[in-house]
Amino acid sequence: MTDIQALYTAVLEGDAPATRELVRQALQEGVDPQKLLDETLIPAMDEVGRRFETNEYFVPELLVAARAMKGALELIRPLLAVRGAEPAGKVVIGTVRGDLHDIGKNLVAAMLEGGGFEVIDLGVDVPPEKFVAAVREQGAQIVAMSALLTTTMPGMKTVIEALEQNGVRPKVKVMVGGAPVTQRYADEIGADGFSDNASGAVRVARSLVVV
Amino acid sequence: MKEVWRKEGVAQHEQRLAISDPDDFVFGQAPFPVCCGRGVQIGSGKVIPEINFTLPPMEINPQTWPDVRQQYAEIIESVCTRAVALDVADLLVEFETLPPMTIHPQWGVEITRLLADTLAAYHEKYGLQSALRLTPNDCRDQERPPRMRSGPYWDSMVQLFHAAADAGADLIAIESTGGKEVCDPGLMTADLWQVVYALGVLAPRDMQFLWREIVSACRATGIVPSGDTACGFANTAMALAEQRLLPRVFAAVVRVASVPRSQMAYAMGAVGPSKDCAYEGPYMKAIAGVPISMEGRTAACAHLSPLGNIAQAVCDCWSNESVQNVRLLGASAPVVSLEQLAYDCRLLNVAARSREHALLLRDWLVASDAVLDPQAFVLRPDVVLQIAGEIIQEDNPYRQVRRAVQTTLTLLRAAHRDGRVRIPPVEVRWLDRMERDADRLPDTETAFCEAMHAFLQDVSYLPEEYGLDA
Repeated sequence: MTDIQALYTAVLEGDAPATRELVRQALQEGVDPQKLLDETLIPAMDEVGRRFETNEYFVPELLVAARAMKGALELIRPLLAVRGAEPAGKVVIGTVRGDLHDIGKNLVAAMLEGGGFEVIDLGVDVPPEKFVAAVREQGAQIVAMSALLTTTMPGMKTVIEALEQNGVRPKVKVMVGGAPVTQRYADEIGADGFSDNASGAVRVARSLVVV
Repeated sequence: MKEVWRKEGVAQHEQRLAISDPDDFVFGQAPFPVCCGRGVQIGSGKVIPEINFTLPPMEINPQTWPDVRQQYAEIIESVCTRAVALDVADLLVEFETLPPMTIHPQWGVEITRLLADTLAAYHEKYGLQSALRLTPNDCRDQERPPRMRSGPYWDSMVQLFHAAADAGADLIAIESTGGKEVCDPGLMTADLWQVVYALGVLAPRDMQFLWREIVSACRATGIVPSGDTACGFANTAMALAEQRLLPRVFAAVVRVASVPRSQMAYAMGAVGPSKDCAYEGPYMKAIAGVPISMEGRTAACAHLSPLGNIAQAVCDCWSNESVQNVRLLGASAPVVSLEQLAYDCRLLNVAARSREHALLLRDWLVASDAVLDPQAFVLRPDVVLQIAGEIIQEDNPYRQVRRAVQTTLTLLRAAHRDGRVRIPPVEVRWLDRMERDADRLPDTETAFCEAMHAFLQDVSYLPEEYGLDA
């Protein structure tokens, strides 16, 4: 019988091979994949997020945990899809046009994946029309944008305007982040959510999907 | 591989440190001063303020270009006015282009000309001695994976190097990014080997190629090839550590590991001053004897750091990194920065009149930071000389980085044990982990590259752009 506590610990420690093996074992033994996700894997990632926020974990530990979680989801998602179960939400993420910084964006993408979201990463220097096209083609519920430069930050507003002009703004929630970005700026440009850190971004994304 | 480095004349194993006596390692004095611009002498007895500035939040495009010009015109006029009012004798101004200004070099040239003309006018009218440092941003990473040696981004950057002198620049610097596409994911996962590969294998090769071009352009046009910075590597690590995203001990090791790549600029003919955000600058001064520009507490307008005072200890120029042109209560932010730099330099230069006072002030600057953070510890002048002395024993950049990492870890471990540096309990396990990784680094670059080959399959970079086999 699979040691569920060992699975929880494997995610917590970012041990991807062990996580994958334990999930595989559990599924073979007939453990309900939804239960595995809701009662073990997501709580483990929540604990990773908590440790990160209380400065017990650094980004590398958070990332390896997210990778372990991703490996687990690769086994679980197809089974959930057969039942018609959906991921927590679908997020299109990118760094805005003219900005090549991707560390923060990658971090948020990894945490969102770890939090059960399906993430479509558009990369860096993403033009507004690419965000619009991705929303249309992927049916995303959330657009997440990052900028590190004060000179590229206005690109977030441009994307929101492009979403409006193309008639897709009502279909998506927009969240923003990055070193120069503030809650006030997010409010000014009409974004729905803002976070100044990666694990906070998962909470924001969850709240936006619920709304 | 060893043969390649020797052919290029960058083998360091027979060199001695340019500064070996700690008492010669002080602010304002460098073994090889630099003369530039309108009567500015750097490293020959006094510390010179270096002011840098940038635009407020705004887009740069043909429609906004008149506003962009106006911003820079206002900044330089107000900065020079205040410099004269404060009796600043020598002023270094850095213009670091924003990406559109390198991609469209004519824009970079236009702002350079505007700044240079104003500096010349203030020299003529008020005797303000000044020099203009042009730092084209390295736009090659606009492509992913970046092409380092050809393509439109390379071409536009080179065009700006060659146009710099005509536009009125007196010095050229750069914040080169070769290897960053491998380093960034390495930092995210704190993968020491990946960082060593970026800093010890890729970045030095890129800098050798890039700096040959920069030095050639400068020699052809009679301006100064100044220096480079590991900003995209070690400052990224520092910024992440400051946000508690990375362990500070890891960032400290990355800082020292960046020394051999930054040193490559001087091996290729750069003469200083090093670029302000190169916090590894003291190592450049110790090894190559070049004057260095540094930033610390005065750069809080751009980013936070644990190095506010110690960064000043052996500086020759004192900078603010960059500040947006926004209005503060006192004046515009660039003017406020200029005033802070000017007063700091006044104090340093009074102390510099007496060797005893200079060393006393230096030691206070060091003591106020060094124990509090491992990143500050590795900038202690005595630690710099010790590690730099180890680095130059090696004959290629990979082995230099390996030795730098291993020596730094040994010193940090001992200093932590003796209470000479504070390392939070949660970070001590990272010392253990890095020591294990560092001990396993192969002896030779060839063996290291072979070992890394498999690990880098998922990393998007082009080995041939670094002169390596694809």
